[in-house]
Amino acid sequence: MSTIIRIIDGIPRIVADEWEVLRPESAVASAYAYQIVPLAQFSSALDQGVASDIRAVWISPENDFEPLIAHLLSLEIIAVDFPSFRDGRGYSIATLLRTRYGWAGQLRAIGDVLRDQLNFMRRCGFDAFAIRPDKDIQDAMKSFGHYSVRYQGAADDPLPLFRRR
Amino acid sequence: MYQYDEYDEMVVKERVAEFRDQVSRRLSGALSEEEFLPLRLQNGLYMQKHAYMLRVAIPYGVLSASQVRMLAHIARKYDHGYGHFTTRQNIQYNWIKLEEAPDILEELATVQMHAIQTSGNCVRNITTEQFAGVAADEILDPRPLAEILRQWSTFNPEFAFLPRKFKIAISSSAEDRAAVRMHDIGVYLYRNDKGERVLRVFAGGGLGRTPILNSQVCEDLPWEHLLTYIEAILRVYNRYGRRDNKYKARIKILVKALGVEAFAAEVDKEWRHLQDGPATLTEQEYARVARYFAQDRYEVLGAHDSMLEKHLAENKRFSQWVKRNVRPHKVSGYATVTLSTKPGAAMPPGDVTADQLEHIATWAEEFGFGEVRIAHEQNVILPDVRLRDLYSLWLRAVDQRLATANVGLLTDIIACPGGDYCSLANARSLPVAAAIAQRFDDLDFLCDLGDLSLNISGCINACGHHHMGNIGVLGVDKDGEEWYQVTIGGSQGNESALGRVIGRAFRAEEMPDVIARLVETYCQLRLEDEPFSDTLLRVSPEPFKANVYRQAAAPNESIPCPR
Repeated sequence: MSTIIRIIDGIPRIVADEWEVLRPESAVASAYAYQIVPLAQFSSALDQGVASDIRAVWISPENDFEPLIAHLLSLEIIAVDFPSFRDGRGYSIATLLRTRYGWAGQLRAIGDVLRDQLNFMRRCGFDAFAIRPDKDIQDAMKSFGHYSVRYQGAADDPLPLFRRR
Repeated sequence: MYQYDEYDEMVVKERVAEFRDQVSRRLSGALSEEEFLPLRLQNGLYMQKHAYMLRVAIPYGVLSASQVRMLAHIARKYDHGYGHFTTRQNIQYNWIKLEEAPDILEELATVQMHAIQTSGNCVRNITTEQFAGVAADEILDPRPLAEILRQWSTFNPEFAFLPRKFKIAISSSAEDRAAVRMHDIGVYLYRNDKGERVLRVFAGGGLGRTPILNSQVCEDLPWEHLLTYIEAILRVYNRYGRRDNKYKARIKILVKALGVEAFAAEVDKEWRHLQDGPATLTEQEYARVARYFAQDRYEVLGAHDSMLEKHLAENKRFSQWVKRNVRPHKVSGYATVTLSTKPGAAMPPGDVTADQLEHIATWAEEFGFGEVRIAHEQNVILPDVRLRDLYSLWLRAVDQRLATANVGLLTDIIACPGGDYCSLANARSLPVAAAIAQRFDDLDFLCDLGDLSLNISGCINACGHHHMGNIGVLGVDKDGEEWYQVTIGGSQGNESALGRVIGRAFRAEEMPDVIARLVETYCQLRLEDEPFSDTLLRVSPEPFKANVYRQAAAPNESIPCPR
């Protein structure tokens, strides 16, 4: 079983995790209950009326997820994929899920998730981080401790510093 | 100028610690170069031909004397004794060792400076004009909003990995001196009929491979919505800007693809969700920041100084300098001085030595309120000089080779470091700048010629803003050789325009003659003191092209007198 970082009661912790990300290229139908399926698969399952078994979905930055938002909100986990750590679309997707659509469940960053991006991700509303498997997850934990000051509001705290200064 | 409080101090301190850690992970191999690249870029560190280059932020071009002294110290201790002022009001050092970069940042932090977001695909240094707060034609001081934007953009978590770099400029004078129309976002602050502060917002400008002037997306946004509106623009860009091709990733391509109306509608739709939210600015915050920029130490002085007038009458060189490099001030008895960093062929445009920096700091204290500005034209400004001190300042600036009377003239060349340093460059900029400066070393001729801008970029990334120059030079690579493409007709200001290519490219050694022939054509065709752009518009580019591409002339062809 692999491990991920989760923010629990405001504190980042390394926890065991049983969820498996189902990538389209390896999309073999399986009965495994802890699957995070691609948005497209969720969408077609909805069309066919067989979406009730799906508990977790991941969104690619290429996906137009907003038309499905009402359905997404009933899931256990929403994950957002970072195909490359340089691709910053996931930060806006997370921000929208948290601040506009009211997603309160687990929001997980998957894909090219590296230590130096974690603090930005957390501020945009992610509370679960599947660190790229070749990286040291213990080391990645240090990312959360670098900053104590935030100038601007974000999903984690909408109040900008100037309203507290 | 703005002073850090404990929050701002903490941000730069925490940044130093984070970057020190990132560098040590790179040195240990825990971070690959690919992974380290965006991290070091977001801290202004480039890997260049010979060494690392560190670009230090000078927010909206404002420096204190003690900061200037620190820049001198860094030049001496960590570099080869000089620095280079950039076309975005920053300074860069070209001979940096990676392992020393964290120490430099730590030293900078002691004078409230940093290198945060001076590169990378994020919001860069917020720029404005060099005469902010002192210009006679200013409507409002743009610096408070520039500082507010600086803070908002610093480590903004949503916009740290944009499709491409993102540049914002703000201006609030009758004449735009901040090149607002060339930016990803340009903001023009003014008062509406009711006297309220409002913003005209432009988006989708930029130079580079596809130069485009930005388009207006909002006419009169109340100022307190600045941050939410810019957040809306950035969110639309972050989500929908292209990421498949670096040369099509700037916001200008998105605005063009959607059309400005559709883009503005998309932004407006996004903004409706953010409007009046917690990021809406408050009068209290504006006042908190603005008070740092208010200057109340001016003496009550007459508008004339008899000693100054005597020196002007007696000394032609001094009077030439005052005419070109000294501007009227909004306060009577004061003037604003531009120290030219372009003394001629001997020094690359924008370069200043540690010694010169220290003198500048001393003059800023002795002849002003300890403040210095950097212009996007790469010159150094002393904003508040008493008229009676102009002559003594001039004498001392002459000694330091900082008093060349060429501001706005052909030899006030704007140039990037080019192929001598930069690994992105296709050709060298500095030898071309030097050869042109050498060819046009007759200051009387240049003064008679009047305003004429020349910009040189060593590659299509356009750091030398060549599209903005009346004459622009772009270095290109053809089969491993350096060639130079020439554009004419660019201009900044209220009548911003982009230069157009005149024809086939030239070799470096041809460039002084090419410039001479363009100048010759201008001299022959202009009516009285007509600016270059007006002459070009009136006569078309054809006579310029015909003269440039006629058969090669004898060596050292002479240039006729401008009048």
